[in-house]
This record gives sequence, C-alpha cells and structure tokens, in this order.
Amino acid sequence: MLYAQLFWEYIKNYAKTRLTYRMDFWIEILSDMMFQFMNLIFILIVFRHTPTLGGWSEAEVVFVYGFFMIPYGIFSTFFSIWNFSERYIVKGEMDRILTRPAHNLFQVLLENVDPPSLIGSVVGAIIMFVCWGELGLPFHIMDIVLLAVFVIGAVLVYAGIYTALSAISFYSDAPTGIVPLMYNIQNYGRYPVNIYNKMIRFVLTWLLPFAFVGVIPASYFLEKKADDLSQLALLTPVVGLVFFTLGLLLWNHGVKRYRGAGS
Amino acid sequence: MMGAYLDFIRIRFITMLAYRVNYYSGIVIYAINIGAYYFLWKAIFGEQQELAGFTVAQMTTYVAVSWMARAFYFNNLDREIANDIRDGSVATQMTRPYSYLLVKMMQGFGEGLFRLLLFMIPGMIIVCLIFPVTLPTDPMTWMIYLVMLLFSFLINSQINILTGLFAFFVENNEGMMRMKRVMVDLFSGVVVPIAFFPGWLASVMKWLPFQAITYLPSSVFTGRTPGSEIAGVFGLQVVWFVVLLVPIWFTWRAARKRLFVQGG
Repeated sequence: MLYAQLFWEYIKNYAKTRLTYRMDFWIEILSDMMFQFMNLIFILIVFRHTPTLGGWSEAEVVFVYGFFMIPYGIFSTFFSIWNFSERYIVKGEMDRILTRPAHNLFQVLLENVDPPSLIGSVVGAIIMFVCWGELGLPFHIMDIVLLAVFVIGAVLVYAGIYTALSAISFYSDAPTGIVPLMYNIQNYGRYPVNIYNKMIRFVLTWLLPFAFVGVIPASYFLEKKADDLSQLALLTPVVGLVFFTLGLLLWNHGVKRYRGAGS
Repeated sequence: MMGAYLDFIRIRFITMLAYRVNYYSGIVIYAINIGAYYFLWKAIFGEQQELAGFTVAQMTTYVAVSWMARAFYFNNLDREIANDIRDGSVATQMTRPYSYLLVKMMQGFGEGLFRLLLFMIPGMIIVCLIFPVTLPTDPMTWMIYLVMLLFSFLINSQINILTGLFAFFVENNEGMMRMKRVMVDLFSGVVVPIAFFPGWLASVMKWLPFQAITYLPSSVFTGRTPGSEIAGVFGLQVVWFVVLLVPIWFTWRAARKRLFVQGG
C-alpha cells in the first residue's frame, strides 16, 4: 500500500516536472515514435528483397515486431536508468536513496519513470492486431490471458538484465560501454532466431534471453514453424522470473558493497 | 595556439586510455552485432546471388567494415555539449581564449584516435578471423578509405555538435539526441546500405549528409563503387563537411545571444 502511494506521488512529480517544458515532452514522444517507425522501415526494406526470412513471411515478422514493442514500451517506462552509474554512483545520489525506507531499486526506478514510452506499447498492440487479422489467425479469449503473461515475462527479462547491468556500477565506477551495446543486442530478439547460427541462438535464448522478449512468445500465436519455437513460449514467465531474481540478487549484493561517494 | 588544440586531443586520448578495459567489451559486442547482421543478410539473400549490386561476400565485408567504422567515428559530443549547456560550464569555457566548438571537435578527435587504435583495428582483426570478410588488396583503396573515414568522423561529429547545441533552444534535448542517433544509424547505411532503400527514399537520401558517414566510404572499400566514381564520392563528403559548417556557425551565433539573455 505504501508503495502504491509512493508510486502515485512519483507519477505526480513526474507530471509536474515534465509539463513545465511541454515542448520537450512532445519532442520526446515524437522521437520515440520515429524510433519505432524506423525499425519498421528496416523490416519493410528487407522484405522488398526477399519474400521470406528464414521461413517467416513479412506479416509474421511485423507481427513479432508489434509484440516486441509492447513489453519494450512497459520496460522503458519503468526502467529508464541509462545514466544510473553517472548520476547515482559518480555523483553520489545513491547516498540520498539509501537513507530512505523504501527499497532502493524501487526508488531509483521511480525517480526515472517515463510514462510516454507506453505509447510505443499501444502502437505495438495495434500493429500486432492488424497483422493478426491479416494473417487470419484464430482468436480465443485465452489468448489475451497468455498475451498478458508473455508480456509480463518479457518485461521481467528486460528488467533482470538491465538491473544486473546497472548493478555493475557498484563493482566498478568506471563507465562501462555495456549498456548502450546491450541495447543493440536486444534488437535481435525481434527476428526469427533460426536465421542465426547455433551459438548466437543459444546466447539469445539462454544467456541474454532477448529471444524471450520478441520472437519466442510471439511465435505462440503464429502458425507452427519447422523448428517450432512456440514450444518455448510458455517458458517466457519462468525465464523472466529467473533473470529478474538474478538481477535483483546482484543489485542487492552491489548495494551492500556500496561505500558512498563522499570523503 | 595550435599546440593547445593538440593538447586537447592528447588529453582526451589519455583519458580514454584510462578506461580502455571498457572497450574490450565493446569489441565483443560489436562482433556479436556484426554476426547478427551477417546472418540476417545471409537469410535475406537466401538463394539469390546478388541484391542491389552487392554480392553476399561484398555484403559481409560491408557489414563488418561499416560497424567497425562506426566504432571509430561514434562519439557523444552531442551529450557532452548538452551537459555543458545544462550545467552552465559552457559560459566559463566561452570566456577562455579558444574556440569552444573547435575544442569539442579536438576532444572528439582524441576519442576517435583512441577508438581507431584500440577498438576499430583490433575489432576488425577479430571480425576478419570469424567471418568471411574480403579486404581490398589495392593499397590505393586503403589510402582513399582512410581519408574518407576521417571525413566520416568529421561529418558525424558536426551532426553531433549541431544536435548538442540545440540544448540552448529546448530545455532538454534528450529526445532529439535519441532521434539523431537512430537517424544516423539507419540513414548512414550501417544497418541497411542505401542501395536497398525504395526508390523515393533513396533519392531523398542522396540529398542528405547521412550517406557520407558510412554508405559512401564502405561502398568504396568493398569495391561496389567503380573506380571512376570514387573522386566524385569523395568530393561529396568534402562538400557536406563544408556545407554543415554553415548551420553550426548560425546556431552557435544564435546560441551565444541566447546564453546572454539567459544569464540575466
């Protein structure tokens, strides 16, 4: 209950600070939309040169992308801690966080909450449902429940990986180049993983499981393929929980090591 | 005076050197990036021998060299400038007897040198061992490519500086910086060579500076651009470098006026 109240307070604060500079607020929303739009352009360009990609049709790949956008939008809303190391470790804001009773990760996340990113999720859902009709897929009520479960699982996968990456700052205060580059890697979960070789497929499925934020759960709704990825789809919430737990453990351990930035 | 500017290059290079360990992870992840695109392109080619004038072998080389070039020319000048503006240190720097923007460019170049020696070159060697990359054998091509690569850096840095300066006019240019990064990656041809774009978009791209960052040098390097056109392509890079000086100059002038107003 306390956390819900805090959450609400943080959201109100966010609204006050952001709406002071309305122009920037709209530019950010526009840039988010552009970003998503460009990824779509890439898919559309690719399919001008090939009818299928690893046995997947254009509508299917776009469908996967639509799904991918939903958890990504939610994740970006609650986990926009790209500058964690610089702001909280180097500048010492972590000290302030640690003097308060609420869980430190919760505070850090909510201080950086970014609701406009949710628009991406809405756009993704629209793309997905348009493709759903286009592909003539059957629709059951259960699908909505499963979709929700998959989305939550995928968000947890992201959350786990990025919490772990942010926690690295507790062990080494040098800015690592990992976060921006990880950002590049996560995009490979958008494409049918069967086009990659075994090693990359393995990494994307089990080590940095970005296949679980896009192609694997989305494949559950599509026609079965030769390699039948959809068997793995139901593992999405499990993988999400495992990775989020690992990320949180690393984070908590890091916080214990944290010595403060003061003299 | 020149000596001071050279010192800026040297100091940034040494600063970067202190963080060199972080770039080893960068090499690994760039290699993974290149790998993912390599497989993506292989799947796109499928049974086809040639697409948009690229063979599979040329495409592989294009992907590898484009990403590794990005490892060199990429920098965060936009963010550095925006931070200087936001915390006000730009005002202090303006009082000093050097050109603020030129110093930024020099710092960017120091970072670029570091990235070239400790990121791009070792990265390229590793990538060549993993993937079937075919490097050109003609030393002339290498020379031309290196010069073009320098202009890639210059043009990309100019775009970064321009984006960073917008922090003077919008309270927070985070959104713009993000938009710029996406645009540069897509339109410069790192992700897709411009030859693959649909006709209307390709012709729009011909009139924008982005292609001069990756697509033009990489096309020369992979041998897709015929020898007779190389001079023209290089000329295009130079033209863009000169043209981009104009908006930077105007923005800088407007920004200084604005800073004065804000200082009230």
